[in-house]
Amino acid sequence: MKRDIFQAIADPTRRAILTLIALHAMTPNALAEHFDMSRQAVSKHLRVLQESELIKAEQQGREIYYQLEIEKMKEIDKWLEQFRKIWEKRFDQLDQYLSQVQKQNNEK
Amino acid sequence: MNPNLLFDFTVNKENKTIHVKREFNAELKLVWKAWTTAEILDQWWGPAPWRAETKLMDFRPGGYWLYAMVSPEGEKHWSRLNYLNIETEKSFTSKDGFSDENGVMNPDFPQNMWENQFIDQKEKTLVSMVLRFDSLEDLETIIAMGFKEGFTAGMNQLDVVLENLKS
Repeated sequence: MKRDIFQAIADPTRRAILTLIALHAMTPNALAEHFDMSRQAVSKHLRVLQESELIKAEQQGREIYYQLEIEKMKEIDKWLEQFRKIWEKRFDQLDQYLSQVQKQNNEK
Repeated sequence: MNPNLLFDFTVNKENKTIHVKREFNAELKLVWKAWTTAEILDQWWGPAPWRAETKLMDFRPGGYWLYAMVSPEGEKHWSRLNYLNIETEKSFTSKDGFSDENGVMNPDFPQNMWENQFIDQKEKTLVSMVLRFDSLEDLETIIAMGFKEGFTAGMNQLDVVLENLKS
């Protein structure tokens, strides 16, 4: 099942998990120590994050380590940047219009 | 872009809002007119190489603006912006979404809530906008829909070249 990434980051615990594993890969047990909730609850959050492809699990010996999917995180910022550019462009065009009108008014 | 004019763009992912603030080098009356008059909106609303083409403008609470975003190839994407509250030369709120050419809203696409404020700063005017949406994915849909092609670095450079040729 593939999940909506924004639903994934909407939850404060999941954002905290992302912040923690951004520093280095962690096991579910090590992560659970940071939260005042059951390990099952933490595992559930990890599953949501994994299904949204924001993190990936890697087996190292007997332990599973979770780490951040950097590329996926970048996607979010990439399209917000596009949106910003739309407005930048619009505003530049409005600037041009405003300066034209003012010039015409001054010449009258 | 004029480096002397404030441009502030902040995204609040948790609250699902985007705040945009921009100064314009003109008096309030003119800036307000530019945002609320079809003939002027058509001149700047479509980010080049796209352009906006108004079919109907009824600027009053309960009224709407029906326009198309026209691609360089002539492909049209219709949008409808419903005006909710208007305080002349102060603020207006609106809700926009994709529609067909008759202004019938497309329910498959999200609608966004906009609050625009106009602040008088003597020779300059500050426009402050807040965009609220139900999910960040909504915004992604909107961007993917109409503007994907137009915003490559190459296009932006081409615009600069064309502008220089004109002047």
